[in-house]
Amino acid sequence: MTAKEVRELDRVVIRFAGDSGDGMQLTGDRFTAETASFGNDLSTLPNFPAEIRAPAGTLPGVSSFQLHFADHDILTPGDAPDVLVAMNPAALKANLADLPKGATIIADTAEFTSRALKKVGYTSNPLEDGSLASYKVHAVDLTGMTMKALEPFGLSRKEASRSKNMFALGLLSWMYGRSIDGTVTFLQSKFATKAAIRDANISAVKAGWNYGETTEDFAVSYQIKPAPTPPGTYRNITGNTALSYGLVAASRQSSLPLFLGSYPITPASDILHEMSKHKKFGVRTFQAEDEIAGVGAALGASFGGSLGVTTTSGPGVALKSETVGLAVALELPLIIVDVQRGGPSTGLPTKTEQADLLQAMFGRNSEAPTPIVAPASPADCFEMALEAARIAVTYRTPVFLLSDGYLANGSEPWAIPDVETLPTIDPGFATEPNHHSDDSAEFWPYLRDPQTLARPWAIPGTAGLEHRVGGLEKADGTGNVSYDPTNHDYMVRTRQAKVDGVDVPDLEVDDPTGDARLLVLGWGSTYGPIGAGVRRARRAGHSVAQAHLRYLNPLPANTGEILHRYERVLLPEMNLGQLAMLLRARYLIDIIGYNQVRGLPFKAEELADIIMKEDDQL
Amino acid sequence: MTATELGMPGLDGVPTTDVAQTKKEFSSDQEVRWCPGCGDYAVLAAVQGFLPDLGLARENIVFISGIGCAARFPYYMNTYGLHSIHGRAPAIATGLAASRPDLSVWVVTGDGDALSIGGNHLMHALRRNVNMTILLFNNRIYGLTKGQYSPTSEQGKITKSTPMGSLDAPFNPISLALGAEATFVARTIDSDRAHLTSVLHAAAAHRGTSLVEIYQNCNIFNDGAFEILKNRDTREEVLIRLEHGEPVRFGANAEHGIRRNPNTAGLEVCGGDDPAVVVHDAQAPDPSRAFALSRLADPGTLARTPIGIFRQVERPTYGDLMNDQVDQAVATQGPGDLAGLLHGGDTWTVE
Ligand SMILES: Cc1ncc(C[n+]2csc(CCOP(=O)(O)OP(=O)(O)O)c2C)c(N)n1
Ligand code: SF4
Ligand SMILES: [Mg+2]
Repeated sequence: MTAKEVRELDRVVIRFAGDSGDGMQLTGDRFTAETASFGNDLSTLPNFPAEIRAPAGTLPGVSSFQLHFADHDILTPGDAPDVLVAMNPAALKANLADLPKGATIIADTAEFTSRALKKVGYTSNPLEDGSLASYKVHAVDLTGMTMKALEPFGLSRKEASRSKNMFALGLLSWMYGRSIDGTVTFLQSKFATKAAIRDANISAVKAGWNYGETTEDFAVSYQIKPAPTPPGTYRNITGNTALSYGLVAASRQSSLPLFLGSYPITPASDILHEMSKHKKFGVRTFQAEDEIAGVGAALGASFGGSLGVTTTSGPGVALKSETVGLAVALELPLIIVDVQRGGPSTGLPTKTEQADLLQAMFGRNSEAPTPIVAPASPADCFEMALEAARIAVTYRTPVFLLSDGYLANGSEPWAIPDVETLPTIDPGFATEPNHHSDDSAEFWPYLRDPQTLARPWAIPGTAGLEHRVGGLEKADGTGNVSYDPTNHDYMVRTRQAKVDGVDVPDLEVDDPTGDARLLVLGWGSTYGPIGAGVRRARRAGHSVAQAHLRYLNPLPANTGEILHRYERVLLPEMNLGQLAMLLRARYLIDIIGYNQVRGLPFKAEELADIIMKEDDQL
Repeated sequence: MTATELGMPGLDGVPTTDVAQTKKEFSSDQEVRWCPGCGDYAVLAAVQGFLPDLGLARENIVFISGIGCAARFPYYMNTYGLHSIHGRAPAIATGLAASRPDLSVWVVTGDGDALSIGGNHLMHALRRNVNMTILLFNNRIYGLTKGQYSPTSEQGKITKSTPMGSLDAPFNPISLALGAEATFVARTIDSDRAHLTSVLHAAAAHRGTSLVEIYQNCNIFNDGAFEILKNRDTREEVLIRLEHGEPVRFGANAEHGIRRNPNTAGLEVCGGDDPAVVVHDAQAPDPSRAFALSRLADPGTLARTPIGIFRQVERPTYGDLMNDQVDQAVATQGPGDLAGLLHGGDTWTVE
């Protein structure tokens, strides 16, 4: 046998697709882990149905995992797959429209039975009827070969066929020169107590790899060199994990024990799961009876000197609103993490959207301002969790952190920060009376810091500072209940002024040529797609500036100046123009919105087209 | 001596003081604004009067309330206090109590606050057995919103919102609490200072969620709701005082008793000298008897209303278990190392 040809590529997009029971997410995760350790830059997009086990073989039951990896810095999981691994006819049918002509399809022939084909409306087998002539099709009996490889293990047919995803992983790993060592180690520990399943899966991965190496069907393998990256130690991380680590770090950096009150909801539950593993950091997690109790308990813990956090998605935020309003009145630190998903109502639980901005901004009775931060990428969730904590603790205020389904489950390499360089957060608890008159020294819970306008945080157990707070309007200074009209007007304005005065870094603009007339603005998870779209436009000769808001309330002080600096501002959002509405009202500037709510992130190509079209008009 | 050795496990971990305390020290400088004659005054006085006996550091006591007339309570206590939102006090107190075992946590709530809007939180607090005492001021009416019927109002109640009479059957808070796995359940009356104080004592001493239902007169919107239980002429015939270890008898001369009905699982009235009169056992692991006692009262007239401690059993508290897990994680895995956490999983290094 002669050595096979190895071709070099600069980037590849692979999509693994199968039934929700086929283990596609695990397959994708493992391929990602190997790719990350190899040193490629990467970005991932899991896409799965809301149903745990939708009927097998149907279109709604298809689960997929897309991975984009490259020898250079990339920003998105890729618009269109170069390779589709289709474990059954449903997976092929559900994903074919996304494939460009010439793409590679690897399909498991064993699953293309007449029954399975009929189930999704194929009248003939697309692997045989020529309808896929414009693609490179590898029809491979993945199931059959897996069963064959696992014969020695004495597993049932059903059990053996379950390892076909590992066979596919082995094959793809061979094709793209990934190691399978990490996966072998992973399987050894995952199935440590189930020897037969462990050995079967390991054999399946190896069999898949060996098949690639020996079969005539795959004549070429590909090489994608590591991406040049700044020195450092890296790991691959999802947004939900990065956010959880950021919260743990915030607890350490503030010396405040963390209390998480939460009620399970997709796509936020994984933060509760992750945090519940970190008890040795003093983290207390409380799975409440509902979202109201989750945020209530977090606020109660904050009153007692914990870093109170609640994690949820849009429907949960709706339930928490009254308690967030209470936190605004109490002026206590509280972090509300909203991992946004498609709505209204239950909407699209597993799909992404960024349509809770106005809910976070205004979704409470009366004037109840709260700071809002929004990470731009999965790894950025770490830093923004720390920032949310800094603002909450420094200004004694509830803070919203708006993530979304795409950030939550998507992943990218993360340069792990040196923990010694993380900022410290000073809780600055009150320990002494703060109001002195001739004959007495008292504690006034609403006597503010003149700089930050924050009120003192005196926690129970501090002798001499006993005081009462509550949702009734407080008299400035003393904090006694007050119905005085002038005081109320003053307090409303002061709470607003406090939030308006939160210290946030300036907005940075990326305008390499300095002569751009079009600014493309974004917030949250659109950072990657917008950045990729801007790069394409620049490569096509357009001068375009890009800026991305990670602080939405208050907005960076220079926002207005930057918006006015450009002739036109384009703002893509996965909503119907929520930030655009805020910016227009605030800066009296016309913003061109580009809005899509399809439950999926923007594609770089569509944004590049829009950007170039807008620029052409200038 | 520890609180447990003093028979007060509920206060274990809460710092104490040797300095004698007075009722005045527990009274805040805020003017009390309940209607003159409101039963809330008597409860406030009883609480302020008995807290000094506990000898706790005042700064380690926290009162948390929801919304309603009764919920103004924390403003009048010179302790830490949080007047929160309607129905949510048990949830807020759960976060505080679970994260701060060194605090004595008290919840003040009304019948609407606890059983209507906040029913879910009450139920789950009881089930979890969070270490706190819940004072449920039951005036069988919505006081603060000026007199609508509440979830404890008798069926057919004529109020502003029910001019032809209310339609729904009332909750029996004691039955509800027992059904929700409560470990301490008691009922007392605003006007009976001695009984109120003794129940408060026992509630504070209990480690876990103590639910104390306090019959409280709203003299503005539901005056006389508990008159039958208070009036000298009627009360002996209708009020059943429960004492742990004592036969359940009532009547001016203990001429009535309570015995098992052999045909049902319930209890029935018998003669005071009936040999089958049951002996009250608040510590019985099985809550059935306590539940049967709670069913004796007529929901309309309140005839045959037991007061006292229905149930008092030990079960680990949510907060203690939560803190044990934290301690156990530190003991078995060592204290958290942030750098180690961040570097966990597959990493790679670029030189
Ligand atoms: C969310 C919300 N809904 C309604 C109200 C109005 N409200 C305030 S107190 C109350 C009922 C209080 O009844 P109860 O708990 O029995 O207390 P009481 O005044 O009788 O002591 C209602 C409906 C409110 N404050 N908040
Ligand atoms: S309305 Fe009733 S419960 Fe409220 S303060 Fe007046 S008397 Fe008391
Ligand atoms: Mg009431």
